[in-house]
Amino acid sequence: MSKNIILCGVGGQGTVLASKLLSAASMAKGLPVKSAETIGMAQRGGSVTSHIRIGEGAYSPLIPMGKADVIIAFEPAEAVRMLPYLKKDGVIIVNSRPVMPVTAALGGSDYNGTEMTEYLSKKVGSLTVVDSDKACEELGSSKIINVLLLGAAISRCDIGLLKEDIRSAIGRIVPEKFHSLNFRALDYLG
Amino acid sequence: MSKEFLMGNEAIALGAMAAGVKVVAGYPGTPSTEVLETIAKRNDGSIYVEWSINEKAGLEVAAGAAYAGARSLVTMKQVGLNVASDPLMCLEYIGVKGGMVVMVADDPGPISSQTEQDTRTQAFFSKLPLFDPSSVQEAYEMMIEAFDFSEKYGTPVFFRSTTRVCHGYASIDVKDPSEYHKYEVEGFVKDSSKWVIFPRLSLQNHAKIVERNITLSDVFSEYERNFIIPESSREHRKGIATHGISYCYTMENLDEGNMLRTFRVATPHPFPEKKALEFLEGLDEVLCIEELDPVIEKELIFICGKYNLKTKILGKMTGNIKTAGENSVESVGAAINVFLGKETGKAPENDAPALPVRPPVLCAGCPHRASFYAVKEAMKGKKTLYCGDIGCYTLGNAKPLDMVDTCLCMGAGINIAQGIGHLEPDTNCFAFVGDSTFFASGITGVINAFYNQANMTLIVLDNSTTAMTGHQPHPGTGKTMMGEIVSKVSIEKILRAIGLETVETVDPLKLNEAIAKVKEVAAKPGVKAIIFKSPCVAIIKPTGKNIIDPEKCTNCKSCIKKLGCPAIILKDGRAAIDETLCTGCGICSDVCPFGAICGGESNE
Ligand SMILES: Cc1ncc(C[n+]2csc(CCOP(=O)(O)OP(=O)(O)O)c2C)c(N)n1
Ligand code: SF4
Ligand code: SF4
Repeated sequence: MSKNIILCGVGGQGTVLASKLLSAASMAKGLPVKSAETIGMAQRGGSVTSHIRIGEGAYSPLIPMGKADVIIAFEPAEAVRMLPYLKKDGVIIVNSRPVMPVTAALGGSDYNGTEMTEYLSKKVGSLTVVDSDKACEELGSSKIINVLLLGAAISRCDIGLLKEDIRSAIGRIVPEKFHSLNFRALDYLG
Repeated sequence: MSKEFLMGNEAIALGAMAAGVKVVAGYPGTPSTEVLETIAKRNDGSIYVEWSINEKAGLEVAAGAAYAGARSLVTMKQVGLNVASDPLMCLEYIGVKGGMVVMVADDPGPISSQTEQDTRTQAFFSKLPLFDPSSVQEAYEMMIEAFDFSEKYGTPVFFRSTTRVCHGYASIDVKDPSEYHKYEVEGFVKDSSKWVIFPRLSLQNHAKIVERNITLSDVFSEYERNFIIPESSREHRKGIATHGISYCYTMENLDEGNMLRTFRVATPHPFPEKKALEFLEGLDEVLCIEELDPVIEKELIFICGKYNLKTKILGKMTGNIKTAGENSVESVGAAINVFLGKETGKAPENDAPALPVRPPVLCAGCPHRASFYAVKEAMKGKKTLYCGDIGCYTLGNAKPLDMVDTCLCMGAGINIAQGIGHLEPDTNCFAFVGDSTFFASGITGVINAFYNQANMTLIVLDNSTTAMTGHQPHPGTGKTMMGEIVSKVSIEKILRAIGLETVETVDPLKLNEAIAKVKEVAAKPGVKAIIFKSPCVAIIKPTGKNIIDPEKCTNCKSCIKKLGCPAIILKDGRAAIDETLCTGCGICSDVCPFGAICGGESNE
């Protein structure tokens, strides 16, 4: 059976690197991987998702609804949007920082994400809410949300990969001057 | 052989390289773009790769190479094939010497396209054989096979896939460069009885093409990629016929205990009739699971008629499969359940809070926002028409800019503005066109306008790149896909050469000057042009960040209401600038009536 991971967020948030790290780590372990990425118009501020399927037994690169082992959400409303994909007892790691769509600002809405995280906490048994603002400040960079969330996902649920696997994938994919920052982000949430 | 984790389009590219492709041309378009980009990236210098100015040019370049005996590839998205249709339809009558593959990416959904057209249908119309893979690994292997078929039968062939295959990733087996197909290119051999199309030659070759396609139908019935599973399914009374990514969705819904006889069609044209007969034998009902047109469905109905079979064929034409949009594991599962007379479990009730809608928007700092705003301000209170076109700047249609009244296909806006303008002489007609679109199919429209005495203002949005499709170079950038620096083609000089007297080049980020220029130019008679020149922010370093001075800000929200910049947000009910998004373009400081927005930290 494959392990199914969904990464979701808003175009420009860096979901693609997280997905690359997961697939590179799986490849290095000799595990078959399939994935699918949002590419095109939606990357300009629209909702974006990556589906990643690690291990044997997957035909489609897209994960069927109700079959995701874990959803790693870079934005609270995007986690709610993808919730139908989560399996029973699945895990959600969600960044609490909202990204306000232009339409919300125009309409005078003050969407701030708390309604979303509250809804998730009612629906999802195994939910981890990450305060990325705080983490980014302590780590001294706003560009490491992806690795931060990946680290949390790996310590909270079994996706067939260890932190060590991600660490070596970072070593191969990320430019060297960012290695130590990324390693700290990976371990930041335990 | 080695394993690589590849995007479908990268696999298609490596397949072409393994087949020994020597000339590659194309025009960018989602979801096809990465094929050509990958070949350019992995090129050791032995392959000629170009971004052509449009698909017609690309197809003709590839045809020339194939005339000379090289293997060639042209890549495009489905609507690009409309542009390349003229040479393609004719080329089929002439044929090729070296293998030639026309790679077309279809886009069910549509996710990033104007139409849901099906290149499989174009294959029937143009008579070209077509290959339609279901997975990344298969895309790699079928690309190599497509070149072999093309060369063997002397015809260009289609290789078409869809977004989910093009943009799916998988770890697959690929050949090492030492295993690539190697050959000598003979060169073009003059023979005007072969290469010059004339009615008599067309008549002769038409008959030959029809005959060849009958042969190919038999050949494809033996082609292992048109298969029936499970192998022993004689007892089955119901079957499924499917293709492409829908085959994967079908397999996600079937398992060993719950298998139906399934026919996977990899070459819908020429249709593998004998294989289809083998599949249909003993079946009462067949469900055709397809995306876009009901191609397999119609072919099976035709075969049932021809051979007097009683099998009932279900699919799009019977309402069993939706007629528009893409399939999914779930939609296919539900259709199979109906087919088998089973219930589909109800989807759980949705009690989620209302989710923010996220339509795509122009980036923070996008120069197009400034250009649109400048024209809007300059034309306030006047009767106007804003014909848009295809590119990032189509997003200028969104509120609050609301500056796109029409959008059809690449280059169309310039001519549509003329059509409306001839009827409404009192309207200020504008046509907006991107720089890449201008080179692809805008120039002829300007000549048409000038020759036919139109009254309009052309706005060229020159951001020094083809942004929408992922920032490809074009003739105005002076860079080629072979890595050469060449002389830039000047849009201004082209416009002047056509005869336009007023051609102004303006920086749209200098908002007040831009507004004044638009007023001045739009007031002149005839065809006149403004080139708004400022690079796409995604390809340059941002200049800094702006901040709102809370002392001066009256919270009138003008900046939000006028610009729709994603970096200006509401924080606790007040306008605020999201510093992770702001690029410091500065137009909001020109828009603020109270001078409350100013340059914060600068990167200089
Ligand atoms: C015939 C055709 N070919 C290709 C495309 C894909 N496509 C969409 S926008 C675009 C180019 C846009 O570039 P440009 O005009 O420079 O505008 P920008 O995106 O940079 O604002 C292309 C090639 C298409 N829609 N139609
Ligand atoms: S990618 Fe460039 S052209 Fe497209 S919206 Fe962003 S800044 Fe504008
Ligand atoms: S300067 Fe103003 S308009 Fe420009 S990107 Fe920043 S917030 Fe947006």
